Amino acid sequence: MRWTEGLAFLGLLAGVVLAQTAQGPAAPAKGPLPQAPNLPPMQAPAPMAPVQPPRLVVVVDAAHGGNDSGARIGDGVLEKSVTLELAGRLRSVLKARGLEVVMTRQTDSDMTPLDRAQTANHAMAGACLVMHATATGSGVHLYTSSLSPTQRTAFLPWATAQAAFVTQSLKLESEIDSALVHAAIPVTLGRASVQPMDSLACPEVAVEMAPLVAGHVTSGRPLTDVSYQKQVVDALAAALEQWQSDWKQ
Amino acid sequence: MISRAHKYLFALLLAVCVVMAVFLIRLRNRAQDRLQAQGTSVPQSIAEPAGSPPKTVTLFVPNDLDDSMTTVERTIPLPADENAQARVLLEALIEAWRAPDSTHPIHVEKGVDDVYFVPVPQGKGASGPGGQMAVVDLNGALAAAQPSGIEPETLTLLSMMATLHANLPDVTEVHFLVDGQARETLAGHADLTRTYLAAEAEQRPGPAEPASAGR
Repeated sequence: MRWTEGLAFLGLLAGVVLAQTAQGPAAPAKGPLPQAPNLPPMQAPAPMAPVQPPRLVVVVDAAHGGNDSGARIGDGVLEKSVTLELAGRLRSVLKARGLEVVMTRQTDSDMTPLDRAQTANHAMAGACLVMHATATGSGVHLYTSSLSPTQRTAFLPWATAQAAFVTQSLKLESEIDSALVHAAIPVTLGRASVQPMDSLACPEVAVEMAPLVAGHVTSGRPLTDVSYQKQVVDALAAALEQWQSDWKQ
Repeated sequence: MISRAHKYLFALLLAVCVVMAVFLIRLRNRAQDRLQAQGTSVPQSIAEPAGSPPKTVTLFVPNDLDDSMTTVERTIPLPADENAQARVLLEALIEAWRAPDSTHPIHVEKGVDDVYFVPVPQGKGASGPGGQMAVVDLNGALAAAQPSGIEPETLTLLSMMATLHANLPDVTEVHFLVDGQARETLAGHADLTRTYLAAEAEQRPGPAEPASAGR
């Protein structure tokens, strides 16, 4: 009879379950595995190391390059060479201070604004510096994007990605300004529309270095003066080191 | 066999064609002469508009050393036409750049080919500035003489925008062309692909205080 067979199966199943419950927890398996009494005493977990803040990635963009020479600065000096030299110096100093640096170009090569923005945005940087040089004016000119600030969203329009970072860019500009003034270098601040600045999805500042015009507190120095370049680079590095602890706030 | 009447008719039509061709060629030559005469007369009217009353205008002259702009008042004859007014204003500004003691030296004779106005379309919400967009067609000579750099190029554009907006308040947007063509940058830096809001130029700081250290 089918119903009697089913009843017998259920009874057998109940018996097996009861027998297992009565035996208690299963004995440890015998074999090559170490027995519980031989195990070394459990140590208390070590206190957790303090969480390190994410390392600041700095993108350094040496403007111009290749067929795009940029400004002509003095006899035979081209902007593309000055920016590459400055960027190289800055990279060395930043690396020595423990910051991670991504360069958009390291040779005299052609790069479109799109290429530069792609490199910078891929790096997920905490600061982007666009290096320029000019024969006009005096000291260092700092520029941020002229876009109006907007809220950051998951997807940013490529052409105006910087709008979501303008507030942070202004803070970064302020820190660089303080460091340069501390180094007795004249600074001018402004907003400008220069590619690829508007497409960078990071706090960014365009740093345009001009010769030092002799004034009340400064002596005249050309752009190619190595000690002047070093002074500017050291001030930028000091500002970025400070920015490392400020940029997430 | 062709009849005599048809022969006469054919000869008559041929003669009419020849007369008409001569007439059209003469008309075309006259039109060409008239256009050439108009083209040469435009700069003269800009340089010295005949019978235009003198008017005090405000020019925004940049200073490359401290990245500021200073207002300068000039009294110049302004033509009645708004496009010509804009050209005269910008030429007066360029004359200030050309001055021996200029704080923003650009040595160019003719800087602006033309200025024309386009109404700024307003959206449904009317959040835009409205007014007019001035399309400034710069001469290639100005772009060639422009010192290259973010600061000098930005100052050139801002001073033109501020001067236009101060004297022609309807101008709310400005777009720049060079030799009638769209161009990526003025001299390697300042972006010319975008349309600028004239109000951006008003956010510019004035001349720096001489006492402020390092500024």
